[in-house]
Amino acid sequence: MSDALLTFTNRGIYCPDGDFFIDPWRPVDRALITHGHSDHARYGHAAYLATHQALPVIRHRLGDIRAEGIAYGETRQIGAVTVSFHPAGHVPGSAQIRVERGGEVWVVSGDYKVEPDGLCEAFMPVRCHTFITECTFGLPLFRWQPQKVLAEQIAAWWAANAAEGRISILGAYGLGKAQRLMAMLPAIGPILTHGAVEDTTRILRDQGYAIPDTIRVTAGISAQTHPGALVVAPPSAMDSTWARRFGAADTAFASGWMALRGIRRRRALGTGFVISDHADWPGLNAAIAATGATRVFATHGYTAPFRRWLEEQGYQAGIVETQFGGDEAESPDTAEGAADAAVAGDGA
Amino acid sequence: MNSFVALFNALDATTKTSVKTAALAEYLRTAPEADRVWTIALLSGRRPKRAVSATELRVWAAEAAGIPLWLFEESYAVAGDLGEAIAHLLPPAQDLRPVTLDAMIRGLIALTGRDVAERRAFVLAAWDGLAADGRFLFNKLLTGGFRMGVSQGLMTRALSQATGVEEATLAHRLMGDWNPATTSFATLTRDGGGDAASRPYPFALASALEEAPLPPGAVQQNPDALGPVKEWLAEWKWDGIRGQLIARPGAFALWSRGEELITDRFPEFAPLADFLPPGTVIDGEVLIWRDGQPLPFADLQKRIGRKTVGRKLLAESPARMLAYDLLEDAGQDLREAPLSQRRARLEAMVAALPPGLPLQMSPRLDAETWADAALQRAEARALRAEGLMLKRLSSPYHTGRRRGDWWKWKLDPYVVDAVMLYAQAGHGRRANLFTDFTFAVRDGNDLVPFAKAYSGLTDAEFAEITRWVQGHTLERFGPVRRVPPELVFELAFEGIQASPRHKSGIALRFPRMVRWRRDKGVAEIDHIDSLRALLRQAPGASPPDPEDI
Repeated sequence: MSDALLTFTNRGIYCPDGDFFIDPWRPVDRALITHGHSDHARYGHAAYLATHQALPVIRHRLGDIRAEGIAYGETRQIGAVTVSFHPAGHVPGSAQIRVERGGEVWVVSGDYKVEPDGLCEAFMPVRCHTFITECTFGLPLFRWQPQKVLAEQIAAWWAANAAEGRISILGAYGLGKAQRLMAMLPAIGPILTHGAVEDTTRILRDQGYAIPDTIRVTAGISAQTHPGALVVAPPSAMDSTWARRFGAADTAFASGWMALRGIRRRRALGTGFVISDHADWPGLNAAIAATGATRVFATHGYTAPFRRWLEEQGYQAGIVETQFGGDEAESPDTAEGAADAAVAGDGA
Repeated sequence: MNSFVALFNALDATTKTSVKTAALAEYLRTAPEADRVWTIALLSGRRPKRAVSATELRVWAAEAAGIPLWLFEESYAVAGDLGEAIAHLLPPAQDLRPVTLDAMIRGLIALTGRDVAERRAFVLAAWDGLAADGRFLFNKLLTGGFRMGVSQGLMTRALSQATGVEEATLAHRLMGDWNPATTSFATLTRDGGGDAASRPYPFALASALEEAPLPPGAVQQNPDALGPVKEWLAEWKWDGIRGQLIARPGAFALWSRGEELITDRFPEFAPLADFLPPGTVIDGEVLIWRDGQPLPFADLQKRIGRKTVGRKLLAESPARMLAYDLLEDAGQDLREAPLSQRRARLEAMVAALPPGLPLQMSPRLDAETWADAALQRAEARALRAEGLMLKRLSSPYHTGRRRGDWWKWKLDPYVVDAVMLYAQAGHGRRANLFTDFTFAVRDGNDLVPFAKAYSGLTDAEFAEITRWVQGHTLERFGPVRRVPPELVFELAFEGIQASPRHKSGIALRFPRMVRWRRDKGVAEIDHIDSLRALLRQAPGASPPDPEDI
């Protein structure tokens, strides 16, 4: 495959004809970034290209970088190839990246989910010959309930706590999931935020995303000043001295991994809401079919069984190894350790 | 099953004991009566017999889910729990029907002996009538591995709150061999289940001395903080089966600590029925005993494994009870009397028995000081004991584990440095995490696998090792990963035995990880010869069973 449009290197996915990388994990000259999560947008590249919607958070997180924005659907010639970015529905600003050369089309999905969440740009299937798909939840164990049902569950939990004057602490990754939760819940009480969540929330709100008002938790704020409030915090803050100011609060965690009882119990979290920004099993299968691709590469997740499944469905299938060499880079424990969840929040 | 499912969800959603107790007490007040009895039975380890094999379940579930069996297996390995995997994989229920726990379990019991088609039809219909959480619990009933994060002690407390009956009294009434299918809730909580004549008392349990408060200024655990040695009874901690021997009018029974009736496994105890005074209950240790000393635990295991005991095995591995305590004398419950009195009456009773019976006192060790006791403890291994038991002479016979009066002061374990060769993901709360490892020691230039262990590390260490395993997998054998021999661990174990079944020729007792030796490389692990040397010294070393060769 010497003339392959995209190749898989030890720095990440590389396009020889355009001389750029997509979501590389080691410093490169030119990086196309699908979205702002820390395992996709890393430090140290000489030049970045991402959607206009994704850039503010990326700049906030990476500091002074040389970066350029691109609109969804806008085409750009890089070397001998044409690239464009298309909504992935994962978090605000997230994109799939389409690469074309002489009529041959490859698409790198980045992280995606197919159900519209009302906050970020909804996923759009992009026709292609070769599709590189994530498969974080690529096993039939994982089937999400509609967002409406989940919103009712979480609202009921918050309302029950609020009725008793108790604080509800909801753990969620700071970029994307946290804001999605705020936007989907009815206004039962005030929403308090951990600093790591607040920074991202403010940036996204200023961009025009419809996110309700939030109050940053500072020294004077407690269960007494804001009884019945919802506190949105990154997972790492949930069991810390930071959380103790809220007294006998009720804690829950919102993540696709909460589907598995063993993981719920391991994290000693009483309540787990099964809500993910990644595609579930039916979602992955539907998205792949909608691309019309005949060749599919699996990455980020249960790649070995997912590839075998794809082969049995008649696709030509392969695996793209990630930085970790293994094939479960985003299993719940590794994702937590690989990235600083307090600022970044990858995965579920 | 609706109230049972709601109970399970309530218990599962909290880690607070008080909340669990309240939820269970409420259930035991309000749920259908027959359901309450089954719940008590399940939470005290009385499970319905397995009506369906795990293999059948996998095949039926994969068919019902419309996925290939290999994908079912991959999913099961990730979920770490068969019942849960099935609940997630099945298509949504088509025909939700309310059903009581009682009806569900009776349906399961009636399946025994039915042909495959009937069993399959029953299971598929049940799945189709239950929502995901109900299916999960139904599957747990089917597979028999039922745990709800509720200890028997917590259940007894909740039942006490629900009925107003005192906890210790209830604990006793729930003991023994009762059948939940034929016992009413009222009878169970008022009179107790099963046959009162053979009903054992709840066992008193000891805590590990390492959990006792540290004496002032001490860096390592020692019994100085327990007060004067004269106030304590010291005896060997035997490595056998703890048992309760009951000789009452119309009943002769031997119960294991796990509340299993094991009378028939030990026919040599039968003559005791004729010689023990009526109304006697003795707490003691069952050991295989020959030439004045116990044989290794493995010999006892052979006896437990056989439903019927042949004459040859009886002669080779004769059992004996070493008596610790007297719980009932002449039909009188002695548990509130101080240990010193109970022990004196027990000694008198045993001394009055004719010679030749398989019952003797567990010897009491004389120690003037704790240092003296420590010296005797160091000799335990030579006697095939695990260490010492320390019991306060003024203490009653407690129900269950009550910290303060009974301590086990075990020997320090053996240790060995070994390298990880294979890793496998765990189950339950360790699903999706590599926690089960196979270890090797050196043998010349080779590495020889010799032990498996899966406990002793922190969650953070397991998470770190999981990342390492994912990045260093050399080969996959289903759920097992072969990794390069790089990570070194210190393993502890309680005993060592020759085992022709294992490639290494040895088998360890209770191996577990004590620490991850990040400071050591594979060149620094132990050699098989050092384990073989232990084997030669160990009193546990018995010639291999001829049947095994």
